Amino acid sequence: MFKPKRIQLLDEPAVVKAALQALPQPSRRLFLQRGLSLGGLALLTGCTLTDEDSAEQALMRVSRFNDKVQAWLFDPNKLAPTYPESMITRPFPFNAYYGIEDVPKVDGSRYVLELSGMIADKRPWTLEQLHRLPQVSQVTRHICVEGWSAIGKWGGVPFATFLKRIGADLTAKYVGFKCADDYYTSIDMPTALHPQTQLTLTYDGQTLPAQYGYPMKLRIPTKLGYKNPKHITAIYVTNVYPGGYWEDQGYNWFGGS
Amino acid sequence: MSRAPVIHPLWLRMTHWINALAVLVMVTSGWKIYNASPIFHFSFPDGITFGGWLGGALLWHFFAMWVLIGNGLIYLGLNLASGRLKRKFFPISPRAVLTETLAAIKGKLSHANLSNYNQPQKLAYLFIIVDTLLLVLSGLAVWKSVQFPLLRELMGGYDNARIVHFAAMSALVAVVTIHVVMVALVPRTLLLMIRGR
Ligand code: HEM
Repeated sequence: MFKPKRIQLLDEPAVVKAALQALPQPSRRLFLQRGLSLGGLALLTGCTLTDEDSAEQALMRVSRFNDKVQAWLFDPNKLAPTYPESMITRPFPFNAYYGIEDVPKVDGSRYVLELSGMIADKRPWTLEQLHRLPQVSQVTRHICVEGWSAIGKWGGVPFATFLKRIGADLTAKYVGFKCADDYYTSIDMPTALHPQTQLTLTYDGQTLPAQYGYPMKLRIPTKLGYKNPKHITAIYVTNVYPGGYWEDQGYNWFGGS
Repeated sequence: MSRAPVIHPLWLRMTHWINALAVLVMVTSGWKIYNASPIFHFSFPDGITFGGWLGGALLWHFFAMWVLIGNGLIYLGLNLASGRLKRKFFPISPRAVLTETLAAIKGKLSHANLSNYNQPQKLAYLFIIVDTLLLVLSGLAVWKSVQFPLLRELMGGYDNARIVHFAAMSALVAVVTIHVVMVALVPRTLLLMIRGR
């Protein structure tokens, strides 16, 4: 598992450079700086450090092209495999861009889910109202971008049901999420409407524990972990590309299978 | 002065070197991706991995993937269409591979005629082709485990597909290492692969 650091993007080039050299972990530019400094490979790829920006832009363009290919490949009727409860991974791993001691403490009684963007009924939802919607549960495999995977059981409301209920414009391109831990991400509408995409309120039959995203997370078995936001406090529907916390640093936006 | 005949056509030399570069990027960025969550009890030294951090390595991996696949299809397509594949790599027999390998170890394998591949060479190149195909398919199973259920099950599920992908990479690196050592031992072949004659 990784031990990510909070990343600060500073504007002053000199400061950035100094800061990046000091930072041991992910940073938007560090990957190319380090990558291209592999002398031989740098020569072979015809890149030098001065070409860093254009190389980075080219890689990001290919990544956006890969988004399109993946959207085209995505079959909304193909289901992720489900498993018997006996195969659940125990304990289920915790993962976030911070350590477990920094998991946000959300007060469920004061919690409201805010809605905005291309949604007909933008009235906020309380936790109780969400629990009153028809609930389902599924045992699926959570796959992390790092390569590990773990099986868990999540329960809640099919996200498509919720989106229809609030009158979301289902022809819009993106659904975005803002979270209590300052995390943010967004997904494509076909994935949002996938039958296994779930507005999740429970884990393994219990109220969703804090480390797994209390009070509410989105569980998407067809997407990698970083596309499964926890502690969601706001949902919006939009046609303007919203990006995401990791996606803005270089992780592929589609990020799924 | 009459010029020697072309042994390696231009398209072959180009696809070979483009492929070598793509494989180098795929393998070294792949090691960085592996390091994010090692399957076995070891990691690759950071200095021989490529991409800087996991996100960078993934960007490179999924960029070089297109080069590898596009270039590979051109190589296979032209090889098949021209009949070169059959001419260069067949016939091949286990017995002949064995005797020629033994001869090579004793330093008795002739390198007088470089327009034909010897038997161990044929085996190595055919292996590289098949193994690269396995690498691409197992990679596809890891990347798109939901969209390609048949592929996923053939690989023994998601977690096992990672192991297949890793094993195919290891085999490729091993054979390519031998390949490069052999080229160093018979440097005239390198000239052939650059100039064609
Ligand atoms: C710096 C690294 C490499 C060098 C110096 C090199 C050199 C060569 C040379 C000189 C030949 C022609 C041999 C002959 O004519 O007898 C050759 C053929 C070949 N090499 Fe490489 N190679 C390298 C990397 C690779 C890699 C990474 C791969 C695949 C992953 C590869 C796959 C092949 C194949 C399949 C052939 C046969 C091509 C054909 O005839 O269709 N090589 N290589």
